[in-house]
Amino acid sequence: MTTETPTAPLPTAKANIPNINRPLPVKPAAPAVNRIGLAKPDYNGNESTLCNGCGHDSISAQIISAMYELGVNPNSMIKLSGIGCSSKSPAYFMNRSFGINTLHGRMPSIATGALITNHTLQGIGVSGDGDTGSIGFGQYKHLLRRNLRMIYIIENNGVYGLTKGQFSATSDQGAVLKHAGRNDYMPIDMCLEAIISGCGFVARSFSGNAKQVVSLLKMAYAHRGTAVLDIISPCVTFNNKEDSTKSYDWGRNHDERINDFGFVPNYEEITIDDFQESEDKVVTMHDGSRIVLNKVSAGHDPTDINAAIKLCMDAREQKRFITGLIYVNPNSPSLAELEEVNNDVPLAHIPNEQLRPSKASLDKLNAGWK
Amino acid sequence: MSTVTEVTPPAQAETSGAEAGRAAIINDFSIVACTKNGSGSQTANLTILRSFFKMGIPVVGKNLFPSNIQGRPTWYTIRASKDGYVARTDAAEITISLNPEGAQDDYNKTAPGGVFIYSETGDRDSVKVDMHRKDVSHYPLPVKKIADPLEKDAKLRTYGRNMAYVGALAWLIDIDRSVIEAALRYHFKGKDKPVQSNMAIVNAAYNWAAQNWTKTDPFRVEKMNATEGLIVLDGNTAGALGAIYGGVNFVAWYPITPATSLADALGDYLPILRKSPDGKPTYSVIQSEDELAAAGMIIGAGWAGARSMTSTSGPGISLMSEFTGYAYFAEIPCVIWDVTRMGPSTGLPTRVSQGDVLKAYYLGHGDTKNICLLPSSVYECFEMGWKAQDVAEKFQTPVFVLSDLDIGMNNWMSKPFDYPETPLERGKVLTEADLERLKGFARYRDVDGDGVGYRTLPGNKHPFSAYFTRGSGHNETAGLTEKSPEWVANMNRLGRKFESARTHLAQICAPVVDEVEGAEIAIISFGSTDPAIVEARSRLAKEGYKISYLRIKALPLANEIKDFVAKHKHVHVIEMNHDAQMLQLLRLHMPDMATKLHACNLCDGLPLTAKWVSQAILK
Ligand SMILES: Cc1ncc(C[n+]2csc(CCOP(=O)(O)OP(=O)(O)O)c2C)c(N)n1
Ligand code: SF4
Ligand SMILES: [Mg+2]
Repeated sequence: MTTETPTAPLPTAKANIPNINRPLPVKPAAPAVNRIGLAKPDYNGNESTLCNGCGHDSISAQIISAMYELGVNPNSMIKLSGIGCSSKSPAYFMNRSFGINTLHGRMPSIATGALITNHTLQGIGVSGDGDTGSIGFGQYKHLLRRNLRMIYIIENNGVYGLTKGQFSATSDQGAVLKHAGRNDYMPIDMCLEAIISGCGFVARSFSGNAKQVVSLLKMAYAHRGTAVLDIISPCVTFNNKEDSTKSYDWGRNHDERINDFGFVPNYEEITIDDFQESEDKVVTMHDGSRIVLNKVSAGHDPTDINAAIKLCMDAREQKRFITGLIYVNPNSPSLAELEEVNNDVPLAHIPNEQLRPSKASLDKLNAGWK
Repeated sequence: MSTVTEVTPPAQAETSGAEAGRAAIINDFSIVACTKNGSGSQTANLTILRSFFKMGIPVVGKNLFPSNIQGRPTWYTIRASKDGYVARTDAAEITISLNPEGAQDDYNKTAPGGVFIYSETGDRDSVKVDMHRKDVSHYPLPVKKIADPLEKDAKLRTYGRNMAYVGALAWLIDIDRSVIEAALRYHFKGKDKPVQSNMAIVNAAYNWAAQNWTKTDPFRVEKMNATEGLIVLDGNTAGALGAIYGGVNFVAWYPITPATSLADALGDYLPILRKSPDGKPTYSVIQSEDELAAAGMIIGAGWAGARSMTSTSGPGISLMSEFTGYAYFAEIPCVIWDVTRMGPSTGLPTRVSQGDVLKAYYLGHGDTKNICLLPSSVYECFEMGWKAQDVAEKFQTPVFVLSDLDIGMNNWMSKPFDYPETPLERGKVLTEADLERLKGFARYRDVDGDGVGYRTLPGNKHPFSAYFTRGSGHNETAGLTEKSPEWVANMNRLGRKFESARTHLAQICAPVVDEVEGAEIAIISFGSTDPAIVEARSRLAKEGYKISYLRIKALPLANEIKDFVAKHKHVHVIEMNHDAQMLQLLRLHMPDMATKLHACNLCDGLPLTAKWVSQAILK
């Protein structure tokens, strides 16, 4: 061992996300801090290298807002991704969280190993429609089946951005792209797939709808298992023609909110009586947070799985761009709970003495094989 | 197809056994039991094996089974060897034939002067073969008549019939029935009922044989004292236990022969051995959706601070290729057991080979090299089980353990396992306190000159702890880079790390060297070829041949192997694969001595025999 000490300047986080869709930050009078005493820049990441105007950058900004507003400790969160433009984005938010950029389509398996090893961490995964819907479809389905507790965001642009404009599994049927030609196949509906795989939190949104995305992220954070957010996130370079269901124009003109909701995090003390109307439906999440669905009768009831499936089927057939909370079932136990590792000490912190059984136990085994 | 329509009655043995003047052959022969796959012959075979062991006779059992579940022939060989040889032999002296399918072949293969015990049931389960051999002693056995009346449960009758050959054999070769009872007691973990019901059949068959057979062969067992203090176990169980004593706490796996029983053993023993003081499991085992996901899970776990592992075989190794390359470059510890079977492709899934050496060593893409540990015995499966965990965390890299079907699934004698002599080696992990002292860190900086950087684990509460892990080009501080000098520097550091591993492995998994004074010929080998080489060398030594032997226990190759080669004129590299894979690595390791190294490889799906080894060296 040499005496040299490992020192490295930490990259100082810069909030410099070139993004035309993101609302300009309003400069606070005094440096505002959240309930754990961190300022919003503490949730920033590196400078983005994505194209100007890419929907993915808006989502990074919305993640920063949501986690800042919730007062999430960056040290207790891990960021995960696969491969793609979308999957690059964990480098562009929350530098103070550990991040892991895995293989194309294989983030779910890495997430499973990491979050079973330390179930006290909250995972936030960012993937693309190619990463999840094509190469990673199998792992996506198995992740949902196991109900690993994490937020799983699909930044869905209906195209492969990073490899320059090929069709993905969510491309519109009949769509024509410059190099890829015509797509003859049915798109896969990531939300529908999530519901039928047993996922207990399924939402769709639009990267241009910051308010909705932020609310959904907060709700997803409170979910007991895997929370899927299928966020339409336009690729300005390869798939932003107005007739594409993944374009900005389409998003702005067709966004159809299936429900309105409020979110009461578990650390806020508000009693049910505070909710005004009797038709409001309150869904209590496993961590005690509450989702208040305003006037459910008028819209979609996300606790009804059959209604959720029908809604997705109808929307796909009628090319309706539905957004909001499609399905929620806060009760299914997560993988860590099922694996019984849900005690106070994560596997990663089990002391060495408990990892190696005693000599006496080996002596006994040896004697038994004689 | 060998359809035998005309069945000739058994020929009268000309050389009829000990009585006819043939010297008794004691504790030095093999038995092969030919039964139907799925007929439950395992209990019978293990009872014979365990009985020999309990009588103090060195023994080994090998299962040669087909790749299907039920009905097809399966062969179990038991070798008793007073000299302690445990390699496969070419032919068994005693054939027990309970499966009409292929029985003629089994008969013909019986060693000269051998024994043929066959089921005579008067129906389609009767073994009907042309028993023309005058050198063979024939013994018909009405297994149904003996066993069926003693087994009320019709579903268990096929099991019972197998016990009949245990009883008859006991009479024929003199196995003490109290030893058989002790062996059954071991098998049924002390449960009285099955021991008694099986013993009833053993006794009935013993008595039947005593009344109806006349011994005309020379084979017998006698108590000796050569297994004192030893244990009998399979390598997969040993590997699983090694991992458990090595502190493994995350396992992901996908079923594949012959690796499944390793994961099964983890599932059996973890709950017994690994509970926290408050009774909670200190581990997690997940059966993944495929080997790709298994690799991803153990890498995710290793990244988050677990000691993680998987067990698989050839096809699974292929699926783990991309992830192995990732873990190599992102520097994440994990352990991958490859219980090697015959490839390429699905190959012969229930047969043995050492065909994954190059694949595992170079698994990945773009300049990957992986540490591989090479156990040759049940004892080493245990030892490498725990050492692999240490090595993986010490060098922050995937570690392969290349076992094989023969070690993994067969029953071998072994020294009892030694408790790990060194504490768990968790590698360079910085805590909150370290970070506070250092005021930061650079994940991939070579602070100590051994090529191994310091890492932090997710969940570390220090604000400086986080870093970003990726398979893309990165610099010392784990930042994305496409700059050529940074890339080259990082690859050079990985090269230094690999050399550090080479030095370390030369200490903890040093080659086993037996240099013979004045020998010009030498053998280099690894893994399960060892028993055949040991036997061949000992037989050849008696004939006056001087042959040195070096057994490799790890990759990268230790530098001292060069010194060994330098001292000999001809070095035969014995291995069980078609392309002489270890030979290729050795030649790369010592190009100046490449012509001294000779290929000595066989890949026929069967464990090597001493006879083949001797002939291959002397040819
Ligand atoms: C095994 C493998 N195959 C192919 C690639 C090349 N590749 C990188 S990203 C990508 C598609 C990404 O599409 P998507 O997930 O939709 O992300 P986007 O760039 O659109 O955000 C492909 C095919 C790869 N990295 N790995
Ligand atoms: S190519 Fe498309 S997806 Fe990729 S960064 Fe540019 S806009 Fe975004
Ligand atoms: Mg895409």
